[in-house]
Amino acid sequence: MTKYRISKTKFVDQTKTVSFTFDGKLYHGYEGDTLASALLSNGIHLVGRSFKYHRPRGIMSCGSEEPNAICQINDNTNLTEPNVRATEIELYEGLKASSQNCWPSLNFDVGGINNFISPFIPAGFYYKTFMWPKSFWKKVYEPLIRMSAGLGKSPTVPDPDIYDHKHEHCDVLVIGGGISGIISAKIAAKNNLKTILIDDKNVLGGSTIYQNNKNFLIDNKKSSEWLLNEISELEKIDNLTIKTRTSLAAYHSYNYLLAKENISDHLPLNKKNDSIRQRLWKIRSNKVIVATGAIERPLVFNNNDRPGIILANSVKKYLDFYGVSSGLKNIIFTNNDSAYETALSLFEKGISVKIIDIRKKSTSNIVKNAEELGIQIFWNSTVVNTIGYRKVNSVEIMDLSEDGSNVTGNIKKIECDCLAISGGWTPMVHMHTQSGGKLDFREIDQVFVPNEKNENQINVGSCNGDFELEEIIKNTNNKIKKFLNVNETDFDKLSVLGSKEFEKKNIWLLPNTISEGKTKSFIDFQNDSTAKDIKLALREGFKSIEHVKRYTTTGMATDQGKLSNMHALGIIADTAGVKMGALGTTTFRPPFTPLTFGALVGRNVGKFFEVIRKTPIHEWHIKHNAKFENVGQWKRAWYYPLNDENLHEAVQRESKAARDSAGILDASTLGKIDIQGTDASEFLNRVYTNAWSKLGIGKCRYGLMLNEDGMVYDDGVTTRLGENHYLMTTTTGGAANVLSKLEDYLQTEWPELDVYLTSVTDHYSTASICGPNSKKILKKLFPDKDFSDEAFPHMSYQSAKIDNAECRIMRISFTGELSYEINIESKYGKSLWESCIIAGEEYKITPYGTETMHLLRAEKGFIIVGQDTDGTMTPIDLQMDWIVSKKKYDFIGKRSLYRSDTIREDRKQLVGLLTDNPNEILEEGAQIVSELGKKPVEMIGHVTSSYFSPNLNKSIALAVVKGGKKMKGQKLFVPMESKNINVTVSDFIFLDKENKRINA
Amino acid sequence: MFIINCPYCGERDQSEFSCGGEAHIVRPKQPTELSDDEWAEYLFMRKNIKGVQFERWNHAHGCRKWFNMVRDTSNDKIHAVYKMGEKPPVI
Ligand SMILES: [Zn+2]
Repeated sequence: MTKYRISKTKFVDQTKTVSFTFDGKLYHGYEGDTLASALLSNGIHLVGRSFKYHRPRGIMSCGSEEPNAICQINDNTNLTEPNVRATEIELYEGLKASSQNCWPSLNFDVGGINNFISPFIPAGFYYKTFMWPKSFWKKVYEPLIRMSAGLGKSPTVPDPDIYDHKHEHCDVLVIGGGISGIISAKIAAKNNLKTILIDDKNVLGGSTIYQNNKNFLIDNKKSSEWLLNEISELEKIDNLTIKTRTSLAAYHSYNYLLAKENISDHLPLNKKNDSIRQRLWKIRSNKVIVATGAIERPLVFNNNDRPGIILANSVKKYLDFYGVSSGLKNIIFTNNDSAYETALSLFEKGISVKIIDIRKKSTSNIVKNAEELGIQIFWNSTVVNTIGYRKVNSVEIMDLSEDGSNVTGNIKKIECDCLAISGGWTPMVHMHTQSGGKLDFREIDQVFVPNEKNENQINVGSCNGDFELEEIIKNTNNKIKKFLNVNETDFDKLSVLGSKEFEKKNIWLLPNTISEGKTKSFIDFQNDSTAKDIKLALREGFKSIEHVKRYTTTGMATDQGKLSNMHALGIIADTAGVKMGALGTTTFRPPFTPLTFGALVGRNVGKFFEVIRKTPIHEWHIKHNAKFENVGQWKRAWYYPLNDENLHEAVQRESKAARDSAGILDASTLGKIDIQGTDASEFLNRVYTNAWSKLGIGKCRYGLMLNEDGMVYDDGVTTRLGENHYLMTTTTGGAANVLSKLEDYLQTEWPELDVYLTSVTDHYSTASICGPNSKKILKKLFPDKDFSDEAFPHMSYQSAKIDNAECRIMRISFTGELSYEINIESKYGKSLWESCIIAGEEYKITPYGTETMHLLRAEKGFIIVGQDTDGTMTPIDLQMDWIVSKKKYDFIGKRSLYRSDTIREDRKQLVGLLTDNPNEILEEGAQIVSELGKKPVEMIGHVTSSYFSPNLNKSIALAVVKGGKKMKGQKLFVPMESKNINVTVSDFIFLDKENKRINA
Repeated sequence: MFIINCPYCGERDQSEFSCGGEAHIVRPKQPTELSDDEWAEYLFMRKNIKGVQFERWNHAHGCRKWFNMVRDTSNDKIHAVYKMGEKPPVI
């Protein structure tokens, strides 16, 4: 045993030694230790440097509220994890931990210089200082901030661990396995309710499980013994599931909760194997019982942040639970009775302890007990300073004035190696507020307690503001009986002996002789904000707690201000002279403690991250060396490089082949909606801008769909298959949204229409063959069919068979070439495609991808919705007036086309752009200006599509330009980083304006 | 995460639904007769109430039916669900 491991307990197995390293040095602890208790047992308090001033900081608590002891775990780049609280991580063989935020080392920290220049780093320092000069940003401020800011290092390679998600449903969920949680769970489970009890620790029982003080007896037994017996009974109940090492992360509405279970985090490195590391539970519970306990408050006084200054109840836990004494010469500094339990535990084990109490007296049993034992108590006193750079070695105390607002008398100096502080307790109301609950302020002990309005949620124990043993047991029992509608419980007649606290006193900021500006009274230890900062923020005019919080960064660190929020509020209230209850609190947001990204994504990583959709012809594309691009969830063939062609070379070859002989495109991804019903024609009239009633059976028509605001939403060709039967195609990316929009109108605006919609995108596979030789290829595929322009004209459809498989052939064109789209049931898609390739062999049929398709349509000035439009373009802006019916009374978006804004002449309009140098290709997205050298630069538009056309042998581009319709022939400029490109506005149809090629 | 009682399918998790904004805004029968202001009123103006609000919801990953819902936005309590075309309940 080390000097500080002073006793054996049942929670730490001192027969099982565990080795670990901290900052590279080897240490030993035992199974059952946390990293923090093991460090303390080795006499180590200093574990990190503070965020802003780089002051030495020590372990301060024993739980999730820990602001200082934040470590980097492990050093393998893939297993390393930053920002792990040493108070929460269970010690395991091989654990490597290191301190964070110290450079070059924990004991010598360069950033510590900030501590000496701290008078110059007040609240809002970052906002105020780094504003000027501007040129300092890139070279001075940013590197400086980056080097000194930030906590820990991120892993540099993918996380190798497995994470899991699981859904769970239950009648009652109990959050927290302390005494009130255990009472609640037992009542629920014994009344035949499917109950889950979760607790973030590995051992149930909260702080009662190590409560051996004889002032607190239950059923005439020590509290710890009584509770241990309850827990062993609990474990026998069938319909109760106990999940330890499981922390609640979020509490959403309708009792939907997320909890993270640590499965292998505590195992030795060599036993973690391929085990799941963490599991995220998604729990839906009928009723929720919150029993999350309370957090001890620190006290705010000068230099209250030195290593060796620890919350009093944590000192007790290290002693009674882990058998570790945080110091051998202890001083307890308190404003309440609970810290006397720590004093008695220390005294009982023969460890030196003195008490400083800001109250004038206390008449409770436990204080009497301490006095009888002869423990020295300094009443009506406060600490005004602490001394010791790397660890506290003494404190200076003074008497308080009558009203507590000042100090009097002489300074007394007392030596110590541990200062245990207690400023009372803050109920952990996080879960209650996360679920939408409000809080009430209780004046007597200055706490926020839940204001319960939700009939399916209840708070019990100290998170409900019950701090004394008797009231915890009695109130929990009564509340749960009512909540679960139970008449009788095991706890109705329990005898409880406790200690009642009569004298209460609280001072949010303890007084001092030196002026506030010269003290360092920390409120938020993790973000290094002090009482002075809060007061400065108030002087500078900040009033709302939310604003003060952001300006001073109080409560904004990874601990979300678990220790600091109440003091910040208290000091604001005192300074501004308002009631604390009137200020309200800041909002607590999930997660309660930080979650790993792994736990959040679970198994949805790598190829399971998102659904991948492939066409039936996908394998063929792969075999033929296709490069793919993502279009929504689809993988589409982008281009097919031959040998070592690059994108540009492949596209030039593919597009030339498509215009000179024949090309083939996999168009299976286009959205397809089957529309049937006696009102199908009327429906199309209402959703498209053009007229549909007169479209003959067997004919196709291009349609443009708007939003109600008049902006282009989607486009595609629709074919009339029968009197009351249409097949609509949509853009690849827009398919799902178009279907939803059509269903919406049908169900909500026009329920009288007899129309049925079915998504058939996946039902059919589509091969699109274009080029002057396409007709000959079709003739080879379908020898019985008459493909003459008279029998099968452009924009018409016919059915045909290939090897007994039914095909729908549409003669439509997105390239401007003679073109056919053959649709076939998906299962025959690949075979049809291969037949097309064989039939086209003699014409050197060339498969082309989406890039060539985009180029070919751009040559013809066909828009792509989503590329040349962005939700702010009307058909008129696109110079597509021809497709907007003047005769139709109404269609979606019609009225918006003549709103004052949409008829403006200076709207951005679609134009063509030609570069003065025909070999210069513009960048898509590049801005366009009309004057060079004018400041501020007026952007009049941007390039939407740009290519080098091999068929025209020059660069072409589509763009949207303010008032572009009237600018044909005008010179404009595209300013790039290194040069300005001169361009001329042109027609946006670059090739075959007379549409001769579709009938070639 | 609410539990929503789809009028066609029963209780389902919120993740199956999508919200379509304020309910009972009827598309004008004769849009061409409306002034710019009147059309803008229909097109753009939506209430964003803290309290009881009538909303359109779609069971997108279920029966795909649209329906109406009365929800208190301050505490997410759902007071009623009812089919399209049905009269809104008095809350
Ligand atoms: Zn449904």
